[in-house]
Amino acid sequence: MADVTLTVDGKKITAPAGTLLIEACKTVGIEVPSFCYYPNLSLQGACRMCLVKIEKMPKLQTACTTVVSEGMVVTSDSDEIKQARKSMLELLLGNHPLDCPVCDAGGECELQDMTFTYGAAESKFMEAKNHKDEQQWSPVVFFDRPRCILCYRCVRVCGEGMDVWALGVQNRGVSSIIAPNKEDHLECEECGMCIDICPVGALTSGAYRYKTRPWEMKHVGTTCTHCGDGCKTTLGVRRADKGMEIVRGDNRDKSGTNGDFLCIKGRYAFDFANHEERLTQPLIRQNGKLTPATWEEAFELIGKNFSEIRERDGGTRIGVIGSMRTTNEEAYLLSKFARVVLKTNNVDHHRTADFPALAAALRGKENATASMAEVFTAPAILLIGNDPTEQHPLLAWQIRNNVRLHRARLYVINSNSIKLRRQATSFMQIGAGLEGEVAAFLAGNDAAADALVDSSAKKEEWIALRDKLSGEQSLVIVFGSELRGKDVASLVKFGSAGSGAKFVCLADYANSRGAADMGLYPELLPGYHSVVGSSEFHQEWGEVPQATGLDLPGMVEAGKAGKLEALYVVGSNPVGRLDIDPYAFSKSFVVVQDMFLTETAVMADVVLPAANAYEKSGTFTNTCGDVQLVKKAGEVTGTKSDFEMIVRIADAMGFDVRKLVPFGGGTRADMGQSRGAQSGEADRHAVWLEAHGLEPKMSPFDPMAILDEIQRLVPGYDVSRMNLLAGNSEPTSLREAGASAAHKAESIFPANDNLFSSGTLGRYSRTLNSVSESHEVKAAEVAAD
Amino acid sequence: MADLVSHPDEVKVVTRRFGQGATDIDRYLELDGYKAVRKAIGMDADAIINEVKNSGLRGRGGAGFSTGMKWSFVPKQSAKPKYVLCNGDESEPGTCKDRLIFEHDPHAVIEGVMIGGLAVGARSGYIYIRGEYRYLSVIMQKAIRDAYAKGFLGKNIFGSGKDFDIFWHGGAGAYEVGEESALMESLEGKRGIPRIRPPFPAVVGLWGGPTVINNAETLASVPHIMLGGAEWYAKLGPPKNGGTRLFCLSGNVAKPGVYELPMGYSLKKMIYEVGGGIPNGRKLKAVVPGGSSTPCLTADEIDINMDFDSVAKAGSMLGSGGVVVIDDAQCMVKFALRTMKFYQHESCGWCIPCREGTDWLKKTLVRFHSGGGVKKDIDNMQYLSENMLGRTFCPLGDAAAMPTIAFVKKFRKEFEDHLEGRPCPFEKAGVAEPVMA
Repeated sequence: MADVTLTVDGKKITAPAGTLLIEACKTVGIEVPSFCYYPNLSLQGACRMCLVKIEKMPKLQTACTTVVSEGMVVTSDSDEIKQARKSMLELLLGNHPLDCPVCDAGGECELQDMTFTYGAAESKFMEAKNHKDEQQWSPVVFFDRPRCILCYRCVRVCGEGMDVWALGVQNRGVSSIIAPNKEDHLECEECGMCIDICPVGALTSGAYRYKTRPWEMKHVGTTCTHCGDGCKTTLGVRRADKGMEIVRGDNRDKSGTNGDFLCIKGRYAFDFANHEERLTQPLIRQNGKLTPATWEEAFELIGKNFSEIRERDGGTRIGVIGSMRTTNEEAYLLSKFARVVLKTNNVDHHRTADFPALAAALRGKENATASMAEVFTAPAILLIGNDPTEQHPLLAWQIRNNVRLHRARLYVINSNSIKLRRQATSFMQIGAGLEGEVAAFLAGNDAAADALVDSSAKKEEWIALRDKLSGEQSLVIVFGSELRGKDVASLVKFGSAGSGAKFVCLADYANSRGAADMGLYPELLPGYHSVVGSSEFHQEWGEVPQATGLDLPGMVEAGKAGKLEALYVVGSNPVGRLDIDPYAFSKSFVVVQDMFLTETAVMADVVLPAANAYEKSGTFTNTCGDVQLVKKAGEVTGTKSDFEMIVRIADAMGFDVRKLVPFGGGTRADMGQSRGAQSGEADRHAVWLEAHGLEPKMSPFDPMAILDEIQRLVPGYDVSRMNLLAGNSEPTSLREAGASAAHKAESIFPANDNLFSSGTLGRYSRTLNSVSESHEVKAAEVAAD
Repeated sequence: MADLVSHPDEVKVVTRRFGQGATDIDRYLELDGYKAVRKAIGMDADAIINEVKNSGLRGRGGAGFSTGMKWSFVPKQSAKPKYVLCNGDESEPGTCKDRLIFEHDPHAVIEGVMIGGLAVGARSGYIYIRGEYRYLSVIMQKAIRDAYAKGFLGKNIFGSGKDFDIFWHGGAGAYEVGEESALMESLEGKRGIPRIRPPFPAVVGLWGGPTVINNAETLASVPHIMLGGAEWYAKLGPPKNGGTRLFCLSGNVAKPGVYELPMGYSLKKMIYEVGGGIPNGRKLKAVVPGGSSTPCLTADEIDINMDFDSVAKAGSMLGSGGVVVIDDAQCMVKFALRTMKFYQHESCGWCIPCREGTDWLKKTLVRFHSGGGVKKDIDNMQYLSENMLGRTFCPLGDAAAMPTIAFVKKFRKEFEDHLEGRPCPFEKAGVAEPVMA
């Protein structure tokens, strides 16, 4: 749209026609206060805080509902306006309980800030305040009505943003009250966005309320450890007996790829970290029982056994299972450790999507994957399979709000009537397991459509849909794990034929994509390079075993046959999750690194207590391929990061760890001088070093040393370090990834988590459990007879 | 049914058929019924609008905006259906005129809606009737049914080839819904809360379509304009204030009731001649000239003409025509309290200043009137009202603030007489009777 020029407080502003005055003011640093206005939500004009004077208008006007016009002359700061704002605050504070000293929002409350700025120091009223008792709406949402200022943000974010519509307004006038959808409680997706968006402490989190004050916590913006979407979550961390305690997760920072969004897991499901069953001491099996031991004993034993097996029978007798929740650095290190130290290609992980197939299909194609940000801006989206509302809440949010705000066209093809159909331009329901036929049909195989034709859709409709999709410019194709192997190739063939569609392959956990990219495969090295041949990795790493290793089912078979003498499991629970016979490895020496005594850990010979993603640094790659920083929020005494444990085991095996982790690089110049910065002053030298990737890596346990190697060697990962360190997401590309070797599509096992579950980890989250329970349909009570 | 009153000064236009059994469609036809709409069918849409414009008809709901002008804002072409709405949510205290129109002449409203529809190119209209007027919606429903039975509504009205439908809709008991955009929300089945404007209803109104919304009295006047002509109608009142007005005279007058007087009629004459003066030998203290939301006038200020412009010049508003007369036995603090109780109860709660302001004003006035007032309360009430004025989401906040400012400014002495724990001086005398129960 054309630009218009207006004047605010004497400053000339040029803004696109259609811009709201309140937004135009922001661009030149003029802050117009508001409670009810919230970007990307419908306009209210209810709080009257943003009143400004517009020339030729008799009354003050709300800047949040006024669209800029050519030649408009605005005053945003006069005595009249100051008085208007002050009186609004006086009225709000009139019935507000002013229980700031104990309110969760105290210190980060918009009403406090506004009162401080615009002043409403005098109590004008003598009567008692209106009061109503606090209500609990769900295990995680509490509502303290007197604090509510009725800005309706919660109502809108729940309805417009989440498409849940669980909140509304009851009564009228001064009795108006925000109310939940089911009598006295909520039936919703429990995302907690109403809490985040509440400008005051009216909506509070069941997990956090009355625990501490905002300024008592350290706030760490990191990447969520649950699903594959990679939301930024801000953890509030406090000192505790065991080292640290995460007391809050929220999205106050909003700088992540998730913007305003955060789901139940990112917000509340950090509590597994403080679970009382958390392991804090290594365990060694003695006389058939797992018995506490020292770290030295454990590493020595593991090092000795691993070395002996390797020397005696070769690395092929050792299996390695990696994780989808460890960092890229840990996954890469594990992949390298297996090949270089253990001399084995028996490497696998719990696969939930066919990334190798996608990498192979996209080889040589520029810009062929879509970032999470692009899902929000694409003009058209095709979604095949999966139920993002349950399994990829951020992706669902991006799609939903793209449709709502940008009128994107959404095409959904699914075997279930998933919730996103409500935003869809076209929804085609197919029989279960027919997603592959869809891909084949789209790629040009008309015969494949015969399987899709049923009472609800004729063949012509499918052809019309394909024609429509072919005509879409900048289409983003999102597909679930239903599509694998040749189906992925077909889909890429279809998408690349037209205007060059971009792809998103949906995998289930925080670093599923990273685990794949970092080569936790028996036949693939990082970047999907084959173990056979001579890639950069072969050259850099030295000797890499040339034969394809065993995948997980292969290791199980080898274990049963007594041919797998050792199994090294890092942050995975294959026995609990993949229905593996727990006795398969009874003859093997099993080492498990985990936080809890999982079904896999209980059968181990050595269990090492691991730190989780909130207790270490590194990077995650989300399902779209966006790399983001994982920041250490704190640590729990008695645990170590998987990174450190891998390095220690290598050391215990007598391996020169410098060949594993290239530490010691970087510059040491000026050390100790600017580091003497006064408390609170930015350490400029450190900032500069970090920004240029020159931060000294003084320790073999520094994951940044491996990140250097990843960025140098793994195709697509050569992204801006500065952006990454600034907390932004950086999209990687699969363009130069190696062509996939033969890959077994049947070895993919979708996690089938829903909004309230998260694999093994989720079982240790009290919040997820309590919400799950509260959502279970309770059988009607039967009268005793 | 309320008794009808009359006075020789009355000019019966809208009330012409009152008391003559015009609810019966055949009787209505005998009284020139449905002639106006037949005439309008033969006219060009622009010609209808011009006729209404030239008549000087101004909105009878209270704002006094030119009706013809309002109609002309509706775009000729529209992808969405257009609508005509009759606002019969008459709820302003002191106002009881639309009620009589629905009771005595429902077909005139139907005709007005139809003519409005022909003028703007709508093919359906809604008549929204205040929830408490349940008995009137029965009358209205019968009138609509009868009109359909005669073929005046529905397909091919009067054989013109044009279609027109009318639906009635009952309110749910909210004063706020008298505000035009809140009424549309209510009609759509939502909470009765006003909409952000722009866009104005003429462009985006009911169900997103261009919509004309007029007060029942305004629409009931339209058929008479069509028959009598714009010039005749305009000349009934002073310039720019065409026609007559239904004044609802209530309070301390000898002969309260609804009188149809020409626009610009003297307020003084209205009270002392038409209304028969103040009974029981009491003196006039104040007049609320146009419904409870208009600032009151003192006894010295009543020498004015009752048209939109003259009353505005006197610092008040002609509003909805509800003239409430207050004699010297009434306590103005109590009157202010009664008024504020209403607005506090009726505030929709959407915006801060109205929701909170009316509540604090009410709380303060309750305490104040019962003898618990302190000096700063008086300034505080004025401060609160002045800070609500012009800053609320819709005019309801103004409606609560304006009279309060006037009460405090014009009768400060009475407020001061309540101070220092003194009981209400009027109640002590034991003579006060409630003006508005």
